Amino acid sequence: MSAPAPAATAPADGAAPPARRVLAQAAFETRTILRNGEQLLVTVVIPVLALVGLVRGTFVEIDTAGASRVDFLTPGLLALALMTSAFTSQAIATAFDRRNGVLRLMATTPLGRGGLLAGKVLGVLAVQVVQVVLVGGAAAALGWRPPAAGLALALVGVVLGTAAFTALALLVAGTLRAEAVLALANLLLLVLALGGGVIVPAGDLPAPVSALAGWLPSGALGDVLRGCLLDGTLPLAPALVLAAWTVGLGALAARVFRWH
Amino acid sequence: MPHSPAVEVRGLVKRYGGRTVVDGLDLTADSGRVTAVLGPNGAGKTTTVECCEGLRSPDAGTVRVLGLDPVAQGAALRPRVGVMLQDGGLPTGVRAREMLDHVARMYADPLSTDELAERLGLGAFARTTVRRLSGGQRQRLALAVAVVGRPRVVFLDEPSAGMDPQSRLAVWELVRELRDQGVAVILTTHLMEEAEDLADHVVVVDGGRVLAEGTVAALLAGGHGPATGEHPGTTLVLRTERPVDADALRRTLGGTLAVEQRSATTLAVTGPVGPRTLADVTAWLAAQDVLATRLDLGPRTLEDVFLDLTGRSLR
Repeated sequence: MSAPAPAATAPADGAAPPARRVLAQAAFETRTILRNGEQLLVTVVIPVLALVGLVRGTFVEIDTAGASRVDFLTPGLLALALMTSAFTSQAIATAFDRRNGVLRLMATTPLGRGGLLAGKVLGVLAVQVVQVVLVGGAAAALGWRPPAAGLALALVGVVLGTAAFTALALLVAGTLRAEAVLALANLLLLVLALGGGVIVPAGDLPAPVSALAGWLPSGALGDVLRGCLLDGTLPLAPALVLAAWTVGLGALAARVFRWH
Repeated sequence: MPHSPAVEVRGLVKRYGGRTVVDGLDLTADSGRVTAVLGPNGAGKTTTVECCEGLRSPDAGTVRVLGLDPVAQGAALRPRVGVMLQDGGLPTGVRAREMLDHVARMYADPLSTDELAERLGLGAFARTTVRRLSGGQRQRLALAVAVVGRPRVVFLDEPSAGMDPQSRLAVWELVRELRDQGVAVILTTHLMEEAEDLADHVVVVDGGRVLAEGTVAALLAGGHGPATGEHPGTTLVLRTERPVDADALRRTLGGTLAVEQRSATTLAVTGPVGPRTLADVTAWLAAQDVLATRLDLGPRTLEDVFLDLTGRSLR
């Protein structure tokens, strides 16, 4: 099943090995997300439909700066997909788990709080594998041809973006009421998708929004993935912006997150 | 081997904001015994138990479970402690059996989930999502989750809340079995009958403090109330169609009997209640032309003890 735990972290009497506990939690979280209709709609169906609609539809004028429409749009839609799983889906799931006492109950099992968080992050990454395969697959079918060198670099962007948005998800899920999180997580996703520099680069947005969007985690994630997947290079400035958001949001979430 | 209790709480204090909810509470629970923490809502029962589970840190005092600090030594303690939370702690979107199997994976040597499901009658709703379960079904699932890891200490927070009578019997039977296997069971309840039927040791709590503790028999017999005399364990509860005055009855009965006004139309007489007492009470009512709508004569109950201690109703 899984590798035995190293001796230094040998399980206490009666507990399953740590790796097995965390993987069990990750599998549980992944199944829960992929089986939930609304979560599946937000994390998989909407990004794929948006990709096909924007690439095939001619109702939206997009300045692709010489690239093909699918090459230009796919990185942004991958960024949007990552935001749905790391932020919207995770914030809502965690908020309701918190309200229903699930966080507290699992914290009393050998899994503990640390194992629970690790399981959640792995669960998000597992959902993202599904997202990348489906969105990337759809894009490839539409003619997407990213530079090979950029694919590995894009993984750095995926990890940074996931870290920043998961921290934001835990920040809202650990402080607000579940119903408020449900509304906020969906609303924020919509606002960032339209004006946050994800699909349409921050630089192409109208003047007042344009200056701001590049500094948002959404705009930074969009720019990082476009840099990797269009040009084959990791753009440093937006990567630093994402890292700064991760540190700031992570530190804040760790301070204010309430388990009760 | 020196005797060491499974749970030992000394001088526990816990405040939320400026409000003190647990105020210098002591609690001892032994292995192979059911300890009931009995008290009204807001007495501090859940907070006390959550400090024992490592979910909250005490503001003062010490908490030891199996000799370990639940917060600082949680990793070593968690595999040996089973928890049933008051609000269940079950995710709503998963199936009942799936949740039980999932928690079982956290343990090296869990109980057979097939046998446990059979035992608590979970089979009928194994594939039903938690959100569609009845209150009693949820409680039975939560209990299964609490015991699946073969714990040595089990905390059950209001285990009978929302349960139908059949579920309650199944749960009580399992609790007794755990006790007979040497598990320390600590349950909180505001149900008198639960404490009376199930507990070896009862700790009466109100306002964040322990008011009395002991076996049910000791509490019933003990000098916790006004009852004194030859038949200290007898209570006469009288309900009337119209309000009556406790002082007037007290004057009529005189002597060693205590009369307590539980509500405008309910009086309780405790002390050496005898045949004469009954005749005196009914004569007193007849003289006022008041009909007794109910007259209960019986041994003191934990509810009587609780009312003596706190002067307020538990339910």
